[in-house]
Amino acid sequence: MPIFDNPFDPDSHLGHGCSCGRHRSQAAHDQASASPHPQGEEALTDRLVETAVVQAFFPTDVSRRRFLSTVGAGTALAAISTLFPLGAAKALAKEIKGPLEKKQLKIGFVPITCATPIIMAGPMGFYAKQGLEVSLIKTAGWAVVRDKIINHEYDASHMLSPMPLAMSMGLGSKPLAVDVAAIENINGQAITMHIKHKDRRDPRQWKGMRFGIPFDYSIHNLLLRYYLAEHGVDPDKDVELRILPPPDMVANLRAGNIDGFLGPEPFNQRAVYEGMAYIHTLSRDIWDGHPCCAFGVSESFARENPHTFAALFRSIVAATEYAHKPQNRPAIIDAIAPANYLNQPKPVLQQVMTGRFADGLGNVRNVPDRVDFAPFPAQSMAVWILTQLKRWGYIKGDVNYRQIAEQVFLATDARKRMAEMGYTAPASNYSKYVIMGKSFDPANPVAYVNSFKIRRT
Amino acid sequence: MHNTQALRAALLSLGLFVLLIGFWHLATLPKAAEDAGVSAEYAALMGSANQSDSGLPSPGMIWETIVQQLSDPFYDAGPNDKGIGIQLAYSLGRVLLGFALAALVAIPLGFVIGMSPVVSRALDPYVQLLRPISPLAWMPLALYIIKDSSTSAIFVIFICSLWPMLINTVYGVASVKRDWLNVARTLEVSPLRKALQVVLPAAAPTILTGMRISMGIAWLVIVAAEMLIGGTGIGYFVWNEWNNLSLSNVIFAILMIGIVGMVLDAGFGWLGRLVAYRE
Repeated sequence: MPIFDNPFDPDSHLGHGCSCGRHRSQAAHDQASASPHPQGEEALTDRLVETAVVQAFFPTDVSRRRFLSTVGAGTALAAISTLFPLGAAKALAKEIKGPLEKKQLKIGFVPITCATPIIMAGPMGFYAKQGLEVSLIKTAGWAVVRDKIINHEYDASHMLSPMPLAMSMGLGSKPLAVDVAAIENINGQAITMHIKHKDRRDPRQWKGMRFGIPFDYSIHNLLLRYYLAEHGVDPDKDVELRILPPPDMVANLRAGNIDGFLGPEPFNQRAVYEGMAYIHTLSRDIWDGHPCCAFGVSESFARENPHTFAALFRSIVAATEYAHKPQNRPAIIDAIAPANYLNQPKPVLQQVMTGRFADGLGNVRNVPDRVDFAPFPAQSMAVWILTQLKRWGYIKGDVNYRQIAEQVFLATDARKRMAEMGYTAPASNYSKYVIMGKSFDPANPVAYVNSFKIRRT
Repeated sequence: MHNTQALRAALLSLGLFVLLIGFWHLATLPKAAEDAGVSAEYAALMGSANQSDSGLPSPGMIWETIVQQLSDPFYDAGPNDKGIGIQLAYSLGRVLLGFALAALVAIPLGFVIGMSPVVSRALDPYVQLLRPISPLAWMPLALYIIKDSSTSAIFVIFICSLWPMLINTVYGVASVKRDWLNVARTLEVSPLRKALQVVLPAAAPTILTGMRISMGIAWLVIVAAEMLIGGTGIGYFVWNEWNNLSLSNVIFAILMIGIVGMVLDAGFGWLGRLVAYRE
């Protein structure tokens, strides 16, 4: 079986016949040389992958032998690993749970309901089921999350879905390749306005107002800009957008420093609960099914710890799918409400998670998919985010939309693993969306950007 | 005479306290329910029934929080939820570590600068340039270089504690009485003995004043630093309760910060009196 010969051994032969050419068959050669062969199924699979990769790098056996005898097997392995993620390929090929490279993990989260699957996976045992011991660390804000991922203090973290794209491109920080393993939640945001504006429901009347957003590279910023611009309000010229952590949004709204915000839950509902705001529109009414938060890991972590990464992925996807089912939501609320996690009053979380809520205008509304959870990181979502980053001038110059989207949003990987777990993912990595009545085709991002009347390009 | 003055001062303090609490109580009385025309379910979903007008908790609510928090100050319910005692211990640990490191650097360096006019002039521009920088301005740089948020917080404490101790040590050492130094020179004592037995005792009160100022600043800074980095500590506690918009817990934490700061300051005041030398 020459295919299981060590391809990093310059004396082995990856083609036909025996490896050294002096024996009639490989079996005869093996008997003569008794060279060590990989033992067990896992080692055999590793060898299979290595062989395939090495063969791809060196089409002829002569070039492979010359290369290996010049630099040595160790250097060759290192060199090839930098060009091709051997570890990840091996883990992918196995489809089985290998030994975890790292069991104790630090995962960061910002205390908002978007983090629900990441948080509940702790107290509800989703990490433990995969053999992981996870410390969930509450983090003060998005810039801190970004810095702690860059510093490798966190192994993985809850992120806003545009953040990994921005970080990978080096927007607003030094570049670090970050992967989106899964999307956490879809929908689940809202535009919340101060109660004094309850008679000004038309966004055209909002010129001159101030709005809170949580971060530049957030879906909140992009959705609010989109919503305002669709109503003819230029988000850079007609209104002021201020970056505020969500609790500060509520306090600033009370103080009258801002007139409204597009923020994450539970702070929209919290502002209503405090009796000083109303929910103007749910983000699902802007784009039904939009991504909000993501589960991100640095690419180097995923590459160096392929089994741990796979186990982490399974925990997060299982938790996300669990959170999707309405009948599980009451138990989830109990798990995430304590001070250790979200630290929020339960009645507020109940309104967010069940979708039966007071809107601050005297109505009880019933929107069961107000917040939903779906893990598949479609690359078309990334393309849409990039078009908006381009539209508002966060990205200068030409953008290779597809390339960045495919590098950061691991859709193919996610589909494969979801299938293994028995979940169905969308058939394609790219979908078309209709956002406020305007259709978006991920195949034509440039035309899409240029189709907007209000833009900074 | 002295006794009646103390009594009057105490009565005035108490009166001010009662007045303050009274105003606070009146300002935070719950507003009348205005639920005309809304359904019972809507009213239940709105939490505003027990809210006051200004959103500030009443003194009674603060008292409940204090009793509840102090009844179990050392509970540990996971990495993000620990009792106030544990949080204060983390903050104090960071402050004391950063402060001790600063003292290790500042006091010997201050001695050298104070005893040598040449070194003093050479280092003066650096001290003058670095001293006025806000400690928190170092935070991003520290995070970037040290790559660990907890160590960065300790570094920030170190850098902010350094200057008052350094400047006071320099001043204390430089202003030791010429007569004493001359006596030491006449007796031909070794430089080390001169430093430890003549200069140190003479400069000790000034050095301790510097340490007292440093400790005050360090305690101010740690709260801000922990609000930024999160994790543990009293600053994180404030941030976490702010995230819950729980003002009564925030006010409770502010009280605790004040009390601990007062105790630290009093401790250094006591140490300062201990080393003071009366001629």
